[in-house]
Amino acid sequence: MGKTLLEKVWEAHTVRELPSGQTQLFIGLHLVHEVTSPQAFEMLREQGLRVLFPERTFATVDHIIPTDTRQRPYADPQAEGMMRAIERNCAEFGIRLFQASSGYQGIVHVLGPELGLTQPGMTVACGDSHTSTHGALGAVAFGIGTSQVRDVLATQCLAMQRPKVRRVVVDGCLARGVYAKDVILHIIRKLGVKGGVGYAYEYAGEVIECMSMEERMTVCNMSIEGGARLGYVNPDEKTFSYLRGREFAPKGEAFERAVRWWRSMASDPDARYDDEAHFRGEEIGPTVTWGINPGQAIAVDEAVPPPEAFPPDEREVAEEAYRYMGLRPGQPIRGMRIDVAFIGSCTNGRLSDLREAAKVARLGKVKPHVKALVVPGSESVARAAEAEGLHEIFRAAGFEWRMPGCSMCLAMNPDKLVDRQVCASSSNRNFKGRQGSPAGRTLLMSPAMVAAAAIAGEVVDVREILPA
Amino acid sequence: MAELIRIEKIVGRPVPLRGNDIDTDRIIPARFMKVVTFDGLGQYLFYDERFDGSGKPKGHVLDDPRFAAKGPRVAVVNKNFGCGSSREHAPQALLRWGIRALVGESFADIFFGNCMALGMPCVCASEADIAWLQQAIEEDPQQDCVVDLRSMRVEYRGRIIPVTMPEGFRRQLLEGTWDATRILLQAEDAIRQTAARLPYVRGFGAEVDS
Ligand code: SF4
Repeated sequence: MGKTLLEKVWEAHTVRELPSGQTQLFIGLHLVHEVTSPQAFEMLREQGLRVLFPERTFATVDHIIPTDTRQRPYADPQAEGMMRAIERNCAEFGIRLFQASSGYQGIVHVLGPELGLTQPGMTVACGDSHTSTHGALGAVAFGIGTSQVRDVLATQCLAMQRPKVRRVVVDGCLARGVYAKDVILHIIRKLGVKGGVGYAYEYAGEVIECMSMEERMTVCNMSIEGGARLGYVNPDEKTFSYLRGREFAPKGEAFERAVRWWRSMASDPDARYDDEAHFRGEEIGPTVTWGINPGQAIAVDEAVPPPEAFPPDEREVAEEAYRYMGLRPGQPIRGMRIDVAFIGSCTNGRLSDLREAAKVARLGKVKPHVKALVVPGSESVARAAEAEGLHEIFRAAGFEWRMPGCSMCLAMNPDKLVDRQVCASSSNRNFKGRQGSPAGRTLLMSPAMVAAAAIAGEVVDVREILPA
Repeated sequence: MAELIRIEKIVGRPVPLRGNDIDTDRIIPARFMKVVTFDGLGQYLFYDERFDGSGKPKGHVLDDPRFAAKGPRVAVVNKNFGCGSSREHAPQALLRWGIRALVGESFADIFFGNCMALGMPCVCASEADIAWLQQAIEEDPQQDCVVDLRSMRVEYRGRIIPVTMPEGFRRQLLEGTWDATRILLQAEDAIRQTAARLPYVRGFGAEVDS
């Protein structure tokens, strides 16, 4: 009987079985950011512990960093305090910090892959739920809490229960104007926001195989929104050529040896899965969330569903969503007026995302009532986009071109919604209050759809705007 | 290092937190996470559900005088509690508000693990039992709720409700081994051996293929 990638990686990283029945799992790559780490370092100090493998942890600043200035000290003293804490912690414990304006800084899940830190067959952990992103390279990558950040720092290990594996197969092909974001929103809509609890999602099928590495990252990124703590794609030639030449990837003959090992870690053809789910790319349209969790999504040409469309235990949340969003069942989502457009985040802040959005942005001007932001996912993404002139296209269309960070994905920096503003957003969460205003409303969609909404001033179908 | 603390039984006044898919952004909004310690997070628990824009209470259950008790508390929740962001600030805020155990229909994975790391058990009961519990508590919140991890039973107003929790986690709480750092570090030699076996830790040197 063959094995899945998850099983192989798990076995290779098992230090021992713990009396509790959990596995003591070695963590190959640990990523740290400023929000969920200060308490972990403090616990190390209190308990007199050191960092066991400091060379296997890398740190960046992304969540609280302002995107309109890099001027220190930051205007927000709390943000400045958090910056000082991570600088001090990394210096004291010997951890490499990718500081702002170093040329490396970016959202933790953008920079891991782009620096070649994330590699197939690795275990990756970070105090951030979207660590699932790194699974796009064939890594077993998952989010952890702050006490577990302390565990990884002190022991390079976690006590973990091995998840089951559900193979999520998307066959066929995607229509024009339909992107990786629509694929994952569709999967979550169909499997539910808690459908993946206890599972790792292995994404497979023609649509996934055809995707670029960055598109696969978008899909894996939102695994957690479907309840799955991790999601991955088996490494293939695309993965290997993506990694070739990246700063932290192996070089020369070591790279060829690495490819052989990486290939051996992919799921075997006769691997057994705990569950399977099948979709067809042709069924997927440009998808928009209308509610307060990422499962409350519809194709842009559909109407807000009635309560009866939901299983009984989801109706209450649907009712809450109608109230919060100010929408009625049966109302089309197309035509909903927006106030803010946000392109960025670890879901959709990479170069290919900006390119797709720019294709739309060059076709018009942002409506005067809309505030539109483009926030590249990393300094490297920003450099590449600027080299292609994308920033000029966005600016000419009336978008603000910002500096890299999480920005309005969770609004811990000054980029926030106000009151009940509606935001067309390429990020990953439409929870109540997520974008910084307790009453703010978020509509998740692809970057191209966000650009289209910015230009129309309302939710539109990007297929009607894109040239055929 | 900290001493072993065994968690066998939690006795405390219950508080019902109704709703499915309550995400950690709601439990503790991100703007309260710009702190370098968890102290004081309790006051921001469910902040935007409890207070309006000007800080006036909106009549949330946490501010209902009937539920204002001192001492340890037990939260009774519904499905997929704690979904979304991995922020440990959420269980920390619950803990610092006074919650010592959660009884619910189901919990999100990361949230469950974060609670375990704090020695705060999350146990599951059936939908019908949770419905009864929440109603019974709302009718009469002035009695203690008992969460017994030895017998895996929750008791309220004389009624006994069977609850579940994965056996490994239960044992960690009962044995006092839920604070993982010390357990993990016991195997330092094995950790180094595992690392030395991994081809990428060895930089994919020539011996990898042999
Ligand atoms: S971009 Fe958003 S989801 Fe991604 S790491 Fe930053 S805050 Fe989290």
